[in-house]
Amino acid sequence: MKARVFVTLKGGVLDPQGRAIHHALEGLGFAGVNDVRAGKLIELDLADGTSDEDLDAMCRKLLANTVIENYRIEKVA
Amino acid sequence: MKCAVIVFPGSNCDRDLAVAFEAATGVKPVMVWHRDTQLPDGVDLIGVPGGFSYGDYLRSGAMAARSPVMQAVAEAASRGTNVLGICNGFQVLTETGLLPGALLRNAGGHFVCRDVALTVENAQSAFTSRYAAGEAITIPVAHHDGNYFADTQTLDRLEGEGRVAFRYGERVNGSMRNIAGILNESGNVLGMMPHPERVIEPAHGNTDGRRLFEGLVEGLLARA
Repeated sequence: MKARVFVTLKGGVLDPQGRAIHHALEGLGFAGVNDVRAGKLIELDLADGTSDEDLDAMCRKLLANTVIENYRIEKVA
Repeated sequence: MKCAVIVFPGSNCDRDLAVAFEAATGVKPVMVWHRDTQLPDGVDLIGVPGGFSYGDYLRSGAMAARSPVMQAVAEAASRGTNVLGICNGFQVLTETGLLPGALLRNAGGHFVCRDVALTVENAQSAFTSRYAAGEAITIPVAHHDGNYFADTQTLDRLEGEGRVAFRYGERVNGSMRNIAGILNESGNVLGMMPHPERVIEPAHGNTDGRRLFEGLVEGLLARA
């Protein structure tokens, strides 16, 4: 069983990396980019039967810092 | 007087911190490896040093915060042992939950490595007793992720309870309310981004950091 965890900065949290990417896109001449936010994708290869509770605990205890980040779990068959 | 300095893979200020502890106490600190599950018996002071523990993987301080030794540090902190986290050590303490908030990438996107002006906001703590309230001091910073973040409620609480120990006297990294160092609720844990251990000898060009260690030790001896 595989799962993907998407970790993104919460709305009000400044994202200098996203801003730098935004500037670089503008530098390449791409117009119309309103905003860029960078996040992380973490792919997990899990033993079959890993519970949703465990997966959620992994996110809360390590993969995301919930003071500044949100996470979204996507299970891949 | 017994002090310990925690060493993670990627710590690089552990030896400087040990030198500062030794200069203030006259005793060599015990260097404690991240895999250790116990601290030396009767330890009075624990240093969590600067550096790039675990290569800053995932988030600065995130992996170190989950290492076996930090469980022992958290237990010691809850019993009232003084814990000083500097730079990466501050990041580790927020990731451990011993201090509130988080340290984000510097607002300007750049690594900042220079002397900065600080104001001592709280001169009553175990760490700041040798400074005067409102005193302006100069301590160097060297970090990429020093931009202190917390929600408004947490910030107001920190300010209201006198838990902002140091504030930047200038814009350095985008830190909310220019916070450079904070205390935990009981005042025995301090996290700060500037490096006091780098300015303790006249040969360093400045000795503003020395009083932090001296005051800390003075307080510990008075309590003993």
